[in-house]
Amino acid sequence: MEVIFILIGISLLLALVFLGLFFRAMNKGQYDDNYTPSVRMLFENKTKQSIKNTQTIKSKKNVRSNTGKV
Amino acid sequence: MNKPIRIIPQQNKQSCYHCGEDCVDENIDYDQKNFCCNGCKLVYQVLQESDLCNYYDLNRNPGTSQKEIDKRSNRFDFLLDEEVIQKLVDFKDEKETHITFSIPMIHCASCIWLLENLHKLHQGIISGRVDFIRKKVQIKFDPKWIDLKELVLLLSKIGYEPSISLADFEKKTSIKIDRKLIYKLAVAGFCFGNMMFFSLPEYFSETELLGEGFKGLFNYLNVLLALPVFFYSGSDYFRSAYLSLKGKKVNMDVPIAIGIFTLFFYSLFEIFLMGREGYMDTLGGLVFFLLIGKIYQQKTYDTLSFDRDYKAYFPLSVTKILKGEEAVIPLTKVEVGNVIRVRNEELIPADSILIEGEACIDYSFVTGEAVPVIKKKGQLIYAGGRQKGNAITLAVQKSPSQGYLTDLWNNETFEKEKPHGLNSLANEISGKFTGVVLLIAFLSLAFWSMHDIGIAVKAFTAVLIITCPCALAMSTPFTLGNTLRVFGQGKFYLKNADVIEKLAKTDTVVFDKTGTLTAPSAAAVTYHGERLSEESKSIIKAMVSLSTHPLSNRINNLLKEVKPAKVMDVQEWPGSGIQATYLSQVVRLGSKEFVGVHNFDRPEEGNLVYFSVEGMVLGYFSIRSGLRNGVGRLIEELSDNRSIHIISGDSDHEAASLRQLVGPKVRMKFNQSPDDKLRYVKKLGHRKANTLMIGDGLNDAGALRASQVGIALTEHVGHFSPASDAILDASALNLLPTFVAFSKTSRNIIKASFGLSFAYNFVGIFFAVQGLVSPVFCAILMPISSISVVAFTTLTTNFLAYRKGIKSKIL
Repeated sequence: MEVIFILIGISLLLALVFLGLFFRAMNKGQYDDNYTPSVRMLFENKTKQSIKNTQTIKSKKNVRSNTGKV
Repeated sequence: MNKPIRIIPQQNKQSCYHCGEDCVDENIDYDQKNFCCNGCKLVYQVLQESDLCNYYDLNRNPGTSQKEIDKRSNRFDFLLDEEVIQKLVDFKDEKETHITFSIPMIHCASCIWLLENLHKLHQGIISGRVDFIRKKVQIKFDPKWIDLKELVLLLSKIGYEPSISLADFEKKTSIKIDRKLIYKLAVAGFCFGNMMFFSLPEYFSETELLGEGFKGLFNYLNVLLALPVFFYSGSDYFRSAYLSLKGKKVNMDVPIAIGIFTLFFYSLFEIFLMGREGYMDTLGGLVFFLLIGKIYQQKTYDTLSFDRDYKAYFPLSVTKILKGEEAVIPLTKVEVGNVIRVRNEELIPADSILIEGEACIDYSFVTGEAVPVIKKKGQLIYAGGRQKGNAITLAVQKSPSQGYLTDLWNNETFEKEKPHGLNSLANEISGKFTGVVLLIAFLSLAFWSMHDIGIAVKAFTAVLIITCPCALAMSTPFTLGNTLRVFGQGKFYLKNADVIEKLAKTDTVVFDKTGTLTAPSAAAVTYHGERLSEESKSIIKAMVSLSTHPLSNRINNLLKEVKPAKVMDVQEWPGSGIQATYLSQVVRLGSKEFVGVHNFDRPEEGNLVYFSVEGMVLGYFSIRSGLRNGVGRLIEELSDNRSIHIISGDSDHEAASLRQLVGPKVRMKFNQSPDDKLRYVKKLGHRKANTLMIGDGLNDAGALRASQVGIALTEHVGHFSPASDAILDASALNLLPTFVAFSKTSRNIIKASFGLSFAYNFVGIFFAVQGLVSPVFCAILMPISSISVVAFTTLTTNFLAYRKGIKSKIL
């Protein structure tokens, strides 16, 4: 049962780590604004690849419509 | 007379790709998209060049109209001043500068996206971070690449012009005060949780779970964990109790401090000297619950500001004319005798005399009156008005802080803080409560010391511990916190919870008239003169629907059902009138001078708008400020057990009609300057009246401050409102008697929950005086009593609010 001494120490340390993490988050201002991040996370990072893709799709469409006219 | 502005009506309107408004004046076709003005197109071009058109994909027409925006490039010249920069920035070194701007235009996801991608627009900008709720953006930039002025110009170029006001300039507000409480709560919560864990063996002391060695260890760990709770988390209670006793008063924190103190030292005594388990877990729980209550009470409305004075509203810079040259200088450097220029939509920064141009001043922020006032050359113009129309030149007569309006803030009332709610219900009873508890504790000590000194000490401390008013202390913050939230749902926003108890005690109500009891939307419009044919009505409708002048809007409201006729060649002279051509006849609508009225028999009171065809005056519209719906009933309900006063800055020409509506008991005063209003409310205060002041403009700021409870009424919550204790949405004005009544109800709820917690205390004392209290008993009774009191107040407050119609749902 002596192992409990060590386990208690570990559990207390773990809890202290979480408390420290909470303090750090608080200090960094993570709780100052709790609305904007919910919007921010939905922004897509448009890479150059995806822009190219949309452009090619557009040009394909143009080609199709052109041929349609002909 | 000013130059007219041409208005071109268009039949098939298209909406602007940038701002979504109808393209009325012009329609610019660019990149297969429609733009309503050059400004909007410019923004699109800038964004397109930097590949930021994602802005338009996130929301449809996310921009704001660029029509009204002043595009002078020198208007931010004051930002080059090193002194000004120093005061505005948050942080500065060689590599980067941080600054936080408040940008009122932020309204959608696209705004956030664009402002956080500013670094793609200019290489000098490092990053941008938006706080959507507070409408602020923090920008980090490299001063080597871009200076502050260029940054602000760039922002205004893309349609997000920061509002830089005198208030930003004078002080940096910090929001760190609230964090301390959360840290304390976190520490208390951490310690409480672990102490409960280490106290587990004793909760089951009947069954021998672990050996004796563990018990000792656990007790010592508890002591260790109790140290931060006692010295850090609970420190506010000791401080507050000490200050209160020093002032020869007993507030609620005194019995709490006694309880915490006894718990801690008795537990130390038990653990170290007697080798028994202490009450440390109860101590942790007590402080934890108390702090939760404190935080719950501190609900704040981030979007609202309760302490704005004229500085938040006045501009930072002024255009000064020196030897024919224009120079932009900070407002603080404006001196008497300076000649300044004020353009369309700009504020008059100081009391001055009009030298050149025609002034048409909108005082709606100051007085609540929506109709602009025309001023002639040589007349004095008071600071705080907004010029509508062409640029005017003024000679400054008084320094900005000494004007007719701004002098109000030099009054001593603004220097001292409003007295705190010292006579709150909890503090009223805490003196008696503490006395009774101490009496019982000493009686039981005396009684038992005749038999057994050990039990005597135990009973004495147990009484102090068990009566530690945790449940009692939580009744008030939770009831008030709930009431605060309930009021918020009813569009009545309080600055803090103290206001509720003050509101319950008010016995005198003072109303401002213009803008508070009257409203632009409730204006009474009547027509006098030759009867209008359907045709004339449709011509008038067509003209007024093209104008943004408040009087035009009201006539437009009167002619709601009428279809507009096709009129040509519409021109508007701001502040004077509109002219149009209908079937080659010139039709004019506007002021006496504009239409050319010489002798029209006995005009009615109020604002008059004349109507003429080919120079023949046919009649006039009389527009009087109308009372808001239900004002009569509002005053009737409030006057049941309160005296009502109305103070107005207007002349008394509407006194008779107002008297008819509000009844004979109401006291009315007219022609009151902002300072008169302040003194009037102060005088009421000297007569021991608890005043509730309701006003809307900057001219009521003094009266709002001097009253016990000052409520600012506003048409748009979040827009400018003067400093006050509470902000009420104009649409909820009718509910005011209900709010006042409910503040009394919440006092009763507090009383009832006091009763409940006293019941728990009686049970506790019954066991305590017999020396039968054990740590486990304490550890169970304390949370149960607290939680049941919290549940009781929360449920009753919400249920009663639902019954009274403040809330639409019970929870």
